[in-house]
Amino acid sequence: MQVLFRIRRFDPDKDAKPYWQEFTLDNVDPTDRVLELLHRVKWEQDGTLALRRSCAHGVCGSDAMLINGKNRLACKTLVKDLADSTDRAKIEVAPIMGLPVIRDLIVDMEPFFDQYRAVMPYLINDEPLPEDGRERRQSPEDRAIFDDTTKCILCACCTTSCPSFWADGNYVGPAAIVQAHRFIFDSRDTAAEARLDILAAPDGVWRCRTIYNCTPACPRDIQVTKAIGEVKLAIQRGRKHVRPKVKPHGPEGEG
Amino acid sequence: MPTHEFDVIVVGAGGAGLTAALYASKGGAKVGVVSKLYPTRSHTGTAQGGIGAALGNLEEDRWEWHAFDTVKGGDYLADQDAVRVLAQEAVSAIIELEHMGLPFDRNPDGTISQRRFGGHTNNETKKPVRRACHAADRTGHMILQTLYQQCIKNQIRFFDEFHVVDQLLSADGRAAGVVAVQIGTGELHTFHSKAVIWATGGWGRVWATTSNAHSLTGDGPAIILRRGLPLEDMEFFQFHPTGLYKLGILITEGVRGEGGVLINGRGERFMERYAPTIKDLASRDVISRAIYMEIMAGRGVNGKPYVNLDVTPETVNRYLAEAGETRRIDAAYIHQKLPDIMDFCQVYARVDPVKEPIPVAPTAHYGMGGIPTNVDAEVLATPDGQIVPGLYAAGEVACVSVHGANRLGTNSLTDLIVFGRIAGRKAAEYAAGADLPALPADPGGEVSRELERIRTSNGKVRPAQIRAKMQDVMMARVGVFRTAEGIQTAIDALHEMQEDFRTNLTIDDRGHKFNTDLLEAWELGALLDVAEVTAVSALARQESRGAHSRDDFPKRDDEHWLVHTFARRRDDGTLALDHSRKVDLSLGHMPKERVY
Repeated sequence: MQVLFRIRRFDPDKDAKPYWQEFTLDNVDPTDRVLELLHRVKWEQDGTLALRRSCAHGVCGSDAMLINGKNRLACKTLVKDLADSTDRAKIEVAPIMGLPVIRDLIVDMEPFFDQYRAVMPYLINDEPLPEDGRERRQSPEDRAIFDDTTKCILCACCTTSCPSFWADGNYVGPAAIVQAHRFIFDSRDTAAEARLDILAAPDGVWRCRTIYNCTPACPRDIQVTKAIGEVKLAIQRGRKHVRPKVKPHGPEGEG
Repeated sequence: MPTHEFDVIVVGAGGAGLTAALYASKGGAKVGVVSKLYPTRSHTGTAQGGIGAALGNLEEDRWEWHAFDTVKGGDYLADQDAVRVLAQEAVSAIIELEHMGLPFDRNPDGTISQRRFGGHTNNETKKPVRRACHAADRTGHMILQTLYQQCIKNQIRFFDEFHVVDQLLSADGRAAGVVAVQIGTGELHTFHSKAVIWATGGWGRVWATTSNAHSLTGDGPAIILRRGLPLEDMEFFQFHPTGLYKLGILITEGVRGEGGVLINGRGERFMERYAPTIKDLASRDVISRAIYMEIMAGRGVNGKPYVNLDVTPETVNRYLAEAGETRRIDAAYIHQKLPDIMDFCQVYARVDPVKEPIPVAPTAHYGMGGIPTNVDAEVLATPDGQIVPGLYAAGEVACVSVHGANRLGTNSLTDLIVFGRIAGRKAAEYAAGADLPALPADPGGEVSRELERIRTSNGKVRPAQIRAKMQDVMMARVGVFRTAEGIQTAIDALHEMQEDFRTNLTIDDRGHKFNTDLLEAWELGALLDVAEVTAVSALARQESRGAHSRDDFPKRDDEHWLVHTFARRRDDGTLALDHSRKVDLSLGHMPKERVY
């Protein structure tokens, strides 16, 4: 099939402002990933196109982009998902929004990782380890309640789809809250209160207006808005009085 | 040129690099981690099925069994002193990961859940044993996240998106640091240090079909080779039997560990013929060859070069019943245990694995060879064991050798943690007693001229054209099955490509900021060097062992080839091979016929 491919370009050394560049790609297989189209442009037509990518199957989180108006991973979006018909597709690719554009599809990720680091995203437990030298015990039920938020790959699709984040870049953003949730509800962790204090601050969870952009943006199908809601509830009622609901496994459980 | 001083520089921020950084830091060293990616983008994050250790949480298991399985899986080329360390230290390494917060799946009693994986057995009954500790089918993701979290907690200094392009050695032959391009600016930086730990992972991008990330371009081994140091056992590269057909995306062995079976175009469970005892859980080299033989015999599915991996509850339960097992599975169980696999199959192949089989074919996956080290992760300068003071390597980039001629599933993650930990501790100890070596004169000069040559190159051939040619010839001639004639064809073609790379290259991007056109071209140079060493090492080894399968020498030859290959670049540019380093047999596992 044929793809009319529009890419948002910007080189700070040459361009006064960003612009759209059009490419026509023939003989595109409908099962090609958008990343493959970007590679075709870069490898066959214009090597100056700048993008990040690595694993190419939706796990490393490098290639989050705004594709036909939605945040997605270029390596996890197939052409046929965007096609108007079996022989034509029009695809527009731009950098994710709310972070400074460095060049073409590459944004400055430092503010995003700063917010991640701000929620103490690591297990805190200074209690003595088991005397037998073995693992800490955790029931399958306690493990299940934070399973969803362990899937986060820090791609920034959620945070950069959030109007509250666009409006105020100081907002800690959905991804950092997801990462905090993963520890707040881990039975082995002892620092939930400290994280909840951070997230109760003015730039924390209350900037979330439940707009719900984040959940459909997540390429890992994390129930982001649900996780944020559980953190809000934990701030209001106390961690001990909130127990996240676990969705059943399988297609029937997908919301 | 900006210069940064550290006690220990770690190159690469995957599982091995982050583990090494943590332990070097805990050992009191001032540590800097330099990586061309953000750490969480590293390829460890794509590992799926599990990390092996004889915890014995669900049934009897012993480190000695893990060690024997590793030696046998490696077709007796693994060094048994290193295998002992791997299997013994795996247990404490995994307990430490749990203490760091890794969210392993749990058994009803709260202990870490374990499952079956290829080649891991109870040595007495010969039956598969549950040894693979896992977090659903994203074990590597959880390891990478957990280690990065701990590095943040321990305030380790990161240089993200700094692409290391050279190794610095002092005049007296000690490690003195590395040179890296800051990708965002194009500027070269010197990292001056007492010790350097290489942890840059693999080089699967040498081949056309691979499970490996685009970033796995063999930078580490290529740089070491250019500094006159040897690479070990590069002819051994594992093809994982179950890559998603056409794409090569990894479909974990955990699918078979949970009961999935391989079925050919005639509906036969063909592994019963190749490995009567453990069938679909034989080691990867055995299964990859079996799949190709089925395809070559016309028994692919629908006449195409793939077979089916069937994990539908109906099929799995039928075979479980046939085997006399009481366990049964349902769709919800598969979704719980293999959620990412379900997702990959749906997204990329439009297949729902609980209802229909997954189309699979072998995919280039893992380098058993690499930068030679001893069991203390010290890099070897010579086959007789002399070391380069201050230089360490761990993880896939290293060859210690625990994987021998073929790695068992789950052992790559175990390797990262066990030998990453050793490298970190040893480098910190070394740095505590060493002074900062003098830098060589003009430390970034040579690589800066090479990068400038590429940036301003004005020939006729694009890097992508050369890369595709290399990947195709390596797939066809230096893949699962090899012959002298085929390998020689590949070597001749590679030499032509290297000539094109040197004299007829062109790139578009003449800028400096995020010039990935330039850096991809530089990576191609590394890939070509690594491909050449692989092919030349493969041509010399006149036997079939593990992942190295020669049609013209179909048998393993322990009399002549129970030795490691050391390849080194001579001053005249040719490669010199040495086969004097004997395999360590100190666990007493003498080579015998390998049946599964």
